[in-house]
Amino acid sequence: MRCQRCRGDAAVEIRRHHAAFCGDHFIEFFDRQVQRAIEDERMFTRDDRVLVAVSGGKDSLALWDVLRRLGYAATGLYINLGIGGYSDESHRKTVAYAGAHGADLLVADIPREFGMSVEELARATRRVSCSACGLSKRYLFNRVAIDHGFTVVATGHNLDDEAAVLLGNLLHWQTDYLARQSPVLPSTHPTLARKVKPLYRIAEREAAAYAIIRGIDYIVDECPNSVGAKSLLYKEALNLLEQASPGAKQSLYWGFLERGRALLATQDAVTLRACVHCGQPTTAEVCAFCRMTERAAERMRVQRLRGAAAPAVAAPIGAAGAPDSGGAG
Amino acid sequence: MKVMIRHQRREVEVRGRRRVREVLVELGVNPETVLVIRGAQLLTHDAQVGDEDTIELRPVVSGGTE
Repeated sequence: MRCQRCRGDAAVEIRRHHAAFCGDHFIEFFDRQVQRAIEDERMFTRDDRVLVAVSGGKDSLALWDVLRRLGYAATGLYINLGIGGYSDESHRKTVAYAGAHGADLLVADIPREFGMSVEELARATRRVSCSACGLSKRYLFNRVAIDHGFTVVATGHNLDDEAAVLLGNLLHWQTDYLARQSPVLPSTHPTLARKVKPLYRIAEREAAAYAIIRGIDYIVDECPNSVGAKSLLYKEALNLLEQASPGAKQSLYWGFLERGRALLATQDAVTLRACVHCGQPTTAEVCAFCRMTERAAERMRVQRLRGAAAPAVAAPIGAAGAPDSGGAG
Repeated sequence: MKVMIRHQRREVEVRGRRRVREVLVELGVNPETVLVIRGAQLLTHDAQVGDEDTIELRPVVSGGTE
């Protein structure tokens, strides 16, 4: 197969675009798609300071890399979730990228700051791990962004991620979620940063190809808690469709953005206010993250009083205070 | 050729010269879910591979609920 630009050996075939590219021209294609996503959806400009949520995986490292190459002021934020060897390895990969490329990196550490890992938070509050993890990450992305003066938080969600979420929302006709699903979530409160997904035009396979061609050493192994996740089932179903009908995922998600979401838009503005404990935006008096950490702390305290074997608590749990951060680049 | 199937943590031996696409079909792997790597090079599905090659099937699907 030949590169459609230079006729050299192709490295990546993109069936949904009837295209194939060599490494260099694939990077050009990738850059154009990301730039177009940023401009079409008015995500940010080169005057914005962008905080990139980096997990050490292919998508987030590719996003950080492409934004920096395109001339955006992109600082990484790594959150240590305390998931054993997986977190250690993903932290190492993130720090290695920052060091090799002179990129600015902030680090937030959930076990150190809140006294327990996301798995322990999940157990103590009887949530599934992904729920406690997602809540913690969303909370910290926003808090670190606001504390450090970033106007935008960018995440590495790609076309496959968004198509899988859309399929899940459609299967259950979750109209509230459908109305909110977008590559850009605007700031609707002074303490709420804008959330953007600049890889929404990039398939998961293309994000991995970008990372490999750019020589980015990312964590290939999956989070051990993602085994059996519904999103993986939806992706498997979508990949079967994609194999038989190239462009199925793009058609589903981009079609939704172009024609579907307008039908579902609601006029109901959600009123946000400051959490009375931590000051972060919430619809309730106390935000969901503070409720979770406070419930977990109370449960641990009761366990200790009963003399039950409980995981050690390294520090008092509280929601206030800046995360542990520092330049690692 | 030696095929390292990274996400299944196993290696299999496939005999004879053929295209990457055929190797994937034989192993029951959906081409949308992997990248095929020989050395440091990505291979397209029409690339020829033979007995002397070692190729890696690198999974590209990731994600929990977030």
